[in-house]
Amino acid sequence: METGPFVSAIALRDAIGRRELSAEVAVRQALDRIAEHDPSLHAFLTVDADHAIARARQLDAAPGAAGPLHGVPVALKDNIHVSGMRTTAGSRILDEYVAPYDATVVERLERAGAIVVGKTNLDEFAMGSSTEHSAFGPSRHPVDRERTPGGSSGGSAVAVAAGMTPLALGSDTGGSVRQPAALCGVVGLKPTYGRVSRYGLVAFASSLDQISPLATTVADAALALDVIAGPDPRDATAADRPAGRFLDALTGDVRGLRVGVPRHLLETGVDPDVLKTFENSLETIAGLGARIDDIELPHSRFAIPVYYLVATAEASSNLARYDGVRYGLREDASTIGEMYDRTRSRGFGAEVKRRLMLGTYVLSAGYYDAYYLKAQQVRTLIQRDFERAFAQVEAIALPTSPTAAFKLGERTADPIQMYLADIFTVGASLAGLPAISVPCGTTNSRLPVGLQLIGQAWDEATVLRLGGAYEATRAT
Amino acid sequence: MASTLTRDEVLRIAALARLELSEAEIATFTRQLADILTYVEALQQADTTGIPATSHVFTTETAWRDDTSAPSLDRATVLAEAPDAEVAAGLFRVPKVL
Repeated sequence: METGPFVSAIALRDAIGRRELSAEVAVRQALDRIAEHDPSLHAFLTVDADHAIARARQLDAAPGAAGPLHGVPVALKDNIHVSGMRTTAGSRILDEYVAPYDATVVERLERAGAIVVGKTNLDEFAMGSSTEHSAFGPSRHPVDRERTPGGSSGGSAVAVAAGMTPLALGSDTGGSVRQPAALCGVVGLKPTYGRVSRYGLVAFASSLDQISPLATTVADAALALDVIAGPDPRDATAADRPAGRFLDALTGDVRGLRVGVPRHLLETGVDPDVLKTFENSLETIAGLGARIDDIELPHSRFAIPVYYLVATAEASSNLARYDGVRYGLREDASTIGEMYDRTRSRGFGAEVKRRLMLGTYVLSAGYYDAYYLKAQQVRTLIQRDFERAFAQVEAIALPTSPTAAFKLGERTADPIQMYLADIFTVGASLAGLPAISVPCGTTNSRLPVGLQLIGQAWDEATVLRLGGAYEATRAT
Repeated sequence: MASTLTRDEVLRIAALARLELSEAEIATFTRQLADILTYVEALQQADTTGIPATSHVFTTETAWRDDTSAPSLDRATVLAEAPDAEVAAGLFRVPKVL
């Protein structure tokens, strides 16, 4: 599809700073673009034009105090709370829920001058890799409407890829930002676990969830992380580390950097076009003066089973709160037990029920040791593999997804096939590591492919520097 | 080795998860959960003798804050979200418990 109105968030902010356009004009461009393309793409669940325009006018009326995202329209995955706006989490059980407070990331975005234009579509409670598990229908791929944009942050990826907003936030639990970013041809950056506060994010799997930016450029993703990162007294898992200056990491110089490639993971199950594109990107990176080394991640073959046991166990606990008592849907019944059962059965979709069943099973008496405990032990082994690899290299490269965008309906009948979409992303999630997906070309059918770069804990700077240097070679 | 799951086990898990499943859901989940459990059995091949379980990826990163009181959400705002509430009394209302 043709290019949208925004080159990048930074270019837009600078143009507003030079008074080439007002924040209100920028917001209206975003709203026009949404009105034109969203009926066929379904990236958004809520668009709040009045809120966005009022906010833009406020910014235009208060010159001088320009923040780093001054006037930039942003879209938020609909599991991030904005006070007074609906948060559905893609679920019927929260269909009419209006958030009574702002997520920490929303406070920080708004303080930086960003303008929230709306909330984007997702798989229900972020459980899925295609947005097909949204209670409100799937989003569609901007290049081919018969395909999925990936997920679970598919709506945010489509919003950025289709030029509706230059920047969006999603949440990444096992790949839910990196995979749709790769499939849609945009940048997705999952920070180190604990880098960004989860306060105001609807919980799915609390030891894995991280709010993550999606952008058209690596620099925009770095700037967005600068804005949202840092400690927060309202989330004890948000690390007590000052937010960095990630934008300063983009020096373009990667000479001597050692990049590890776990080739043993690429032997089967990777689409040939994806593999070729990935190999080309490695050659480009070598051409920039970085060194490509083989590494081993021997326990990676266990990553998907570990992920689905840990994430579903945590989800079964987190989603116990949806009981029809304090908020959300309630189905009437004569006793409280029946009310719980009916509310949850009517409110949750099939994939959420499937995962709650699995998570409940693996935590239940007699099965805990064999499944959950075993998975958490193998998780330690996966983490140690990464530690060993990072003694040799500073970054690890893998395709973000083993395939390009797949067809709607192709995998919904087979949960395990859908889970395998995350095969290259769950490892970094389980180990808490930062990882970025950068566009690296297209398949023969013109579908985007993403290059994933994984860094050491707290070292977003290296993957941003490498991703930025790689991106610059493609801009010609 | 393929995992199997009985209908009774599926009903027992559903009760623990507070879900009331239809006959169609019981049939589908019995099959799919068995498939998933078979798939995750690969984990048994990993030697985890003496390996500690990960409870938190970065246990050294615990953030501390001062233990001071601060206002929380306003009661009326919270009760406004409830499907049923006695707002004046500050109570959620639910069907009979006993």
